[in-house]
Amino acid sequence: MPETNADIPQQVLDLIGKHQYEEETEFEIEMGYVYNTLAAVQNANPLYWDKSFAEQVVGAQIAPPTMLSVWFRPHYWSPGFEGERTALQSHFDMKRIMELPEAIIGGNESIFGVPVKMGDKLRTYQVLTSVSEVKKTRVGTGRFWVIEVHCFNQHDEHVGTDIYNCFGYRRPAQ
Amino acid sequence: MSANLNPKLTAAQVSVGDELPPLTVPVTATTVVLGALASRDWRPMHHDRDFAVNRNGVRDIFINTPNNAAWFERYITDWTGPFGRLGRMKFRMNSSVFPGDEMLMSGSVKNVSTDAAGCCWLDLNVCVSVDGEVSTSCEARVAIPEDASDNPWARKGDQWRP
Repeated sequence: MPETNADIPQQVLDLIGKHQYEEETEFEIEMGYVYNTLAAVQNANPLYWDKSFAEQVVGAQIAPPTMLSVWFRPHYWSPGFEGERTALQSHFDMKRIMELPEAIIGGNESIFGVPVKMGDKLRTYQVLTSVSEVKKTRVGTGRFWVIEVHCFNQHDEHVGTDIYNCFGYRRPAQ
Repeated sequence: MSANLNPKLTAAQVSVGDELPPLTVPVTATTVVLGALASRDWRPMHHDRDFAVNRNGVRDIFINTPNNAAWFERYITDWTGPFGRLGRMKFRMNSSVFPGDEMLMSGSVKNVSTDAAGCCWLDLNVCVSVDGEVSTSCEARVAIPEDASDNPWARKGDQWRP
């Protein structure tokens, strides 16, 4: 594992600030996943359960804002792909390039824009914005990095940004 | 079903220091798996105990980040009512939440302000605690109606400044 900023691979330095993984959602936004999310946290907000109410208040049926990242997670499997498909691919790229076998998301910030409506088709890109020096924490030794995920709808309206603070590391025994 | 079109909470009803009513949630393996799969998070540490213990070095499967966010959203909008519109949410996980834990959600109003577009913003400090220890802390910014005639969901473009 590189020990100082000077040892960060050029491949990583070249990625900082670069738009990566520009892609669209694999399906149009739909209520099925919204209901699953509401059920998982017992969220009774009528904005999502009552179509008539949503249309009067927002003008359309919408998804909860915090579901933003849900829409960009790939199916676990789909034709033509082999192995596990992962969301936030630039995070997994960092683990591989930095030779850090473990990683956690230590913090997350979301900024919510135009509501995501049923039938929307969203697009996104990921940006690596920073990589830290080597840090030692209670889970292991590694580096922090920050990835921003910017999301837009089919009208190029900003629907939100997710900012992930990640820590890639080796456990003491590794 | 027909919900009430009158806002549950408007600017005049909120002051700095107000506390949100606490919410306790007993966490089971189903809570964790349901949340992970609903958020399309297929990573094994959220459904495979052997993986979580042997690879991640933790005691069990644990609640994933997007589900954490969904719990915070539910907690906040339970309080504001459906006219509450989240603008921003930032949280930090200090420790994981596992089956067998009881989550205690609590929160308070840190700031009340009105922006140049006339939108009323509440800055909230919210957290999830387990056994008296904060496992996740959250700073949320939520818009509520300035008065009964206002609707944050109607704000677009320059009128929406999260």
